[in-house]
Amino acid sequence: MEEPKSLHDLPPEFVFDPSRAAKFMTRHGHGGWLDLTYHAHGPDWVELSLPWREELVGVAETGVLASGPIISLMDNATSMAVWTLSGRITPHATLDLRVDYMRAAVPGRAVIGHGECYKLTRTISFIRGIAHDGDPDDPVAHVTGTFMATHGTYL
Amino acid sequence: MSTQLPPYAHALGIALDHDEDGLPVLYADFSDRIQGRPGFLHGGALSGLMEMAAIAALRAELERRGEAMKLKPVNVQVEFMRGGTEQRTFAMGKVTRAGRRVALVNAEAWQDDRSKPIALAQMKVLLSPDE
Repeated sequence: MEEPKSLHDLPPEFVFDPSRAAKFMTRHGHGGWLDLTYHAHGPDWVELSLPWREELVGVAETGVLASGPIISLMDNATSMAVWTLSGRITPHATLDLRVDYMRAAVPGRAVIGHGECYKLTRTISFIRGIAHDGDPDDPVAHVTGTFMATHGTYL
Repeated sequence: MSTQLPPYAHALGIALDHDEDGLPVLYADFSDRIQGRPGFLHGGALSGLMEMAAIAALRAELERRGEAMKLKPVNVQVEFMRGGTEQRTFAMGKVTRAGRRVALVNAEAWQDDRSKPIALAQMKVLLSPDE
């Protein structure tokens, strides 16, 4: 099946599938530059992968990733989790994000962002997630936040 | 004052614009690399810019005090107030409180109108003496 060229060009029967959508949603822009790729998903969660590379380092001496790429990873994974739960792509904007850093990600390791949408209202979606670098029980960061639907509604 | 930026900042084109009363003002020009939804700045890239500004402000403050500290981010809270559009974005951090062990730093980002910030960030950083 041909991929839709734009988000505004989707048939009414379209059901959001993150495994397919990630291919075109992370090809351009910041997500493309970060090389974010689809990892896994469930009914209300999406996992994306962020490969480690030199350019993303925040502390030159240690090789530890900057927090910006982790925030971007979690922003994208949780955003897609919202659409996965709602079943459609409602244009939305991030209202806020809080990131708690448990520890530094190990240099050289890819970071997996697990984003989950735990509540949808008509206009606000509530999200949380973790980022880990191999062991989900030993996360690098915890994230919570909200998105607001800018055109249309989630429900 | 020295503002040293890490590889992440260089890769995104984040650089020092000027110094405002001892506080570094950073900027980034719009590019595909920092674009989120078409025509708008990516929230994560914007957070990254504010984080760099927050850390630069904290380093400047510690340098003034003559303290060599290792910084470890504890958490960050970001509020997005307006969509960032295809133009230059500025960010400046301000140390709200820096004690011996922990610092609270606020940062804000704006585009063409300084009085209309597009995002705010508040960051907590653990400080430890650099051996």
